Amino acid sequence: MEEKEILKVDHLTKKYEDLTVLEDISFSLKKGEVVVVVGPSGCGKSTLLRCINGLEEIQDGKVSIEGKTGMVFQSYDLFPHLSVLQNLMLAPLKVQKRKKEEVQKEAEQLLERVGLLAKAKQYPRQLSGGQKQRVAIVRALIMHPEVLLFDEVTAALDPEMVREVLDVIMDLAKQDKTMLIVTHEMAFARAVADRVIFLDGGSVIEDTDPENFFGSPRTERAKRFLRTFEFESVNAS
Amino acid sequence: MNTEVVNSYIPIYVKAFLLTLKIGWVGVVLAFILGIAGAFVLYFKLPVLSALTRAYVELFRNTPLLVQLFFIYYGLPVLGFKINAEVCGAVGLGLLGGSYMTESIRSGLDAVPKIQTESAVSLGMSRSQTFLSVILPQAFSISIPALVANVIFLLKETSVFSAISLMDLMFTAKDLIGLYYNTTESLFLLVVFYIIMLLPVSFAGSMIEKKMRFKMFGDGKHGI
Ligand SMILES: Nc1ncnc2c1ncn2[C@@H]1O[C@H](COP(=O)(O)OP(=O)(O)O)[C@@H](O)[C@H]1O
Ligand SMILES: [Mg+2]
Repeated sequence: MEEKEILKVDHLTKKYEDLTVLEDISFSLKKGEVVVVVGPSGCGKSTLLRCINGLEEIQDGKVSIEGKTGMVFQSYDLFPHLSVLQNLMLAPLKVQKRKKEEVQKEAEQLLERVGLLAKAKQYPRQLSGGQKQRVAIVRALIMHPEVLLFDEVTAALDPEMVREVLDVIMDLAKQDKTMLIVTHEMAFARAVADRVIFLDGGSVIEDTDPENFFGSPRTERAKRFLRTFEFESVNAS
Repeated sequence: MNTEVVNSYIPIYVKAFLLTLKIGWVGVVLAFILGIAGAFVLYFKLPVLSALTRAYVELFRNTPLLVQLFFIYYGLPVLGFKINAEVCGAVGLGLLGGSYMTESIRSGLDAVPKIQTESAVSLGMSRSQTFLSVILPQAFSISIPALVANVIFLLKETSVFSAISLMDLMFTAKDLIGLYYNTTESLFLLVVFYIIMLLPVSFAGSMIEKKMRFKMFGDGKHGI
């Protein structure tokens, strides 16, 4: 793994009027690194990703990115008036002005890779939630972003579809993509992460490797947060 | 009803029909252009222009076309602008239609979820690319029923053109009745020609609606 920093968040503070949602957040991602962000609902995870890719203004600090980001959201956000293939090709053609044949070829290769080549001509409404999210991932990938941002991409899925989407992200990790992943799937987080950032109350409480975080969390807040998932793992075993 | 009279009137009606159709459709096209522009201004909340657009919409939606036509036809010459009846009719209809279209398209734009814009922006698309390729097509699909209703409404409104001495269908019917008292035949042909003008719009409207909405929403029958 190279040591080059691709994404650097420096003393970032984000407020909505009087409400401080993120306070003095600092961390960085090296090329090829996979960082998972976990934390209770409402702690500012989505806001953090939105600040990084420029959807939100920040009040203090700095976000520097070597290149551009790609993002996949929780809700299925494919363009409903375009076919799967058109969804994938729109931005490469309009934004990057790439050649149609080349883009189409890459789109088809990527669809093949996520097992959806047969759906190329279909419309989003004809896909299942898991299929839509896989297309959304491909739509971000085809722009060749330096960093991929995932915001709870499986949270709105039926349980039986979670796996197919997580497998795609695992596959990307194996290809050494640089990724910042917000998730509530703890087993997945542990498996995919090079590092875990625990966010609570708008601040970074822990930033450590997954063994430490899941095995022996330092802070009381992290312990309490992890305990909320215990029922889940008891259930699963 | 005397079929001979009907037959002899047909050429006169065809002429009036073509004139009505021409001015009506020029007005409709104008209305669409104004409507897209107005909706764009309101959607992006452009300063100053938004207030002007709102004032325009309220003014034209809340006054009768007849009054608007009088203002344009008799008012503008007072200010030194000469305007012929055909241009006046098309412009008047366009302005009235523009106010309705602005509202219909704007409500369609507002119905497109915000996440659509955010996804497009996240893919690096500019605001105008996002608007034209992502938001507007979806807004149109949502607005189609309202837009079709507007077109039909506008084409029917052409019936007040006779008030500025345009020889449209209504003028022709009134004229013929005044001259020859063949009321039944004249009114019969009037209804027939309006139906010929509007029925295709209704049909085409339903077809476009079905086609465009099907892509996005499906119709339940064809399912997956
Ligand atoms: N547009 C907004 N205006 C005001 N407050 C917001 C807005 N978006 C999010 N918030 C608030 O910011 C906090 C963090 O939200 P979010 O980042 O969505 O949390 P998470 O993704 O961790 O669940 C919450 O308290 C939420 O109510
Ligand atoms: Mg969130």
